[in-house]
Amino acid sequence: MSGGPIIVMDRVSKKFGDVPAVEEFSLAIEEGEFITLLGPSGCGKSTALKMIAGLLPLSAGTITISPPKSGAEQDLGFVFQEPTLMPWASVFDNVFLPLRLAGVGRGDGEPRVRNALKEVGLSQFADYYPRELSGGMKMRVSIARALVTRPRILLMDEPFAALDEMTRSKLNNDVMKLSVDHGLTVVFVTHSVFESVFLSSRVIVMAARPGRLTADMPLQAPWPRGEDYRMSQEFSAEARRISETLKGTLHVDNIDR
Amino acid sequence: MSTTLTADQAPDREQGTGAPVNTAHLRRAKRERILTWVMPVTLLIIAVCLWEFLVWYHEIPKYLIPAPSLIAETLVRDFASLMASSWFTVKLTVFSLALAIVGGVFLGALFALSRPVELSLFPFAVILQVTPVVAIAPLILIYVDSTFAALLICAWIVAFFPILTNTVIGLRSADHNLRDLFAMYRATPWQKLRYLLVPSALPYFMAALRVAGGLALIGAVVAEFVAGTAGQHTGLASRIIESSFRSEIPRMFAALFLVSVLGIVIFLLTTWASHRVLGHWHESEIRREH
Repeated sequence: MSGGPIIVMDRVSKKFGDVPAVEEFSLAIEEGEFITLLGPSGCGKSTALKMIAGLLPLSAGTITISPPKSGAEQDLGFVFQEPTLMPWASVFDNVFLPLRLAGVGRGDGEPRVRNALKEVGLSQFADYYPRELSGGMKMRVSIARALVTRPRILLMDEPFAALDEMTRSKLNNDVMKLSVDHGLTVVFVTHSVFESVFLSSRVIVMAARPGRLTADMPLQAPWPRGEDYRMSQEFSAEARRISETLKGTLHVDNIDR
Repeated sequence: MSTTLTADQAPDREQGTGAPVNTAHLRRAKRERILTWVMPVTLLIIAVCLWEFLVWYHEIPKYLIPAPSLIAETLVRDFASLMASSWFTVKLTVFSLALAIVGGVFLGALFALSRPVELSLFPFAVILQVTPVVAIAPLILIYVDSTFAALLICAWIVAFFPILTNTVIGLRSADHNLRDLFAMYRATPWQKLRYLLVPSALPYFMAALRVAGGLALIGAVVAEFVAGTAGQHTGLASRIIESSFRSEIPRMFAALFLVSVLGIVIFLLTTWASHRVLGHWHESEIRREH
């Protein structure tokens, strides 16, 4: 972990037409942090994430990402809310896509794809098609695809919202493990308080209409965190603290309307 | 670095390797095969026999309704002439379908890539489509010297439109998140076309192909009816008209039979092509196991 933040968002605003989606959003993210953007629907957390990914132009402000040291094909990995796989391509070809688009040949790419699949536990499924996989497995393919370029930053947009509780907590464990192993900087969007408490080193609470930062709450629990953390007093205390903060923002929001 | 994480349970890809499930599954597959092939064929045979019997029983004259056996006899007797005509119609249909594919895909791609091109040209495509081909055909026959070329244009007009519209819709149907993903990985326009837009458009294109295949044949036959051509190098439609003038009803039925056979062959070929292209991934071609 070197000095200086890896992502700096400086008074970022985004308007869709006349409707402000994000207003005056400032945040500095250090390398290796696991940040969750937590808030109700419509608070602009996904919009903020897409702006970091360069998928949406900013209406005002700046986002600076520190230049990477090595020559990875893509410094960012993005995981959407849906698995977003190409149904006509095998699992292998789906994971190979970022490399293919970067001009990497199949021969050079193959060991990297195999490795990425191994990391998400899908070594045996390279030749399967997305329709043959369960929801959780599709999400794993999506994660493998995001990691295959060896990015420094992983952006995840409510990736597990559509999954059942069991699969979700399992994937949470795995994502945390991957982020530690790779020294990833993760920005994770969610509306689940428990997910944010379990995963992150810092929770950014956001409020809606317009989307803005209302609280910046670091979490102290050491990493890696396991099942015992999920059951601990500390976990529930943190969850309560963040829940209260979130409720506060919802309350203000209701009066506004 | 390479910690292996455990995956969810493997889905049972080879469904039902256990014996009881397997036999039930096989039995069901067998029943389905019977339903799709044996049933219609049996029904057809029964209908033909009934036809033969009724014609014989009521002594219906052959200039009203000929017996199937007589139609078959005519098919054999006029084989050379009917085959030449069939070949003409096949050529006309295949060429017009090929041109419809080339033109429809090319123009469709242009429309999908450029909104101004679409807005300025689409109304003309619609006019071409909504005007009945029988109404335009006489004009085309006047302006175009070669009869074959004129007939080709007529059949092409009919087959072209579904390919065009479906190509446009198909090329625009790519998932927006996948589009974002391609943008994030800085895909070149060519890569985006090759790896995202074309595969997304394929189901739409294959559906259009199945429609256009039938329409090309209809166009070819209708155009020939309008042209009313006679002589050696003419298609099955001309045989039908000719037979009607001469009151050769069995020959009319024989030509009609060949037209339907052509239609069926086209349908089977396009269905097979669609299955080959989409079978491994698209919902429309995947058999659901119940």
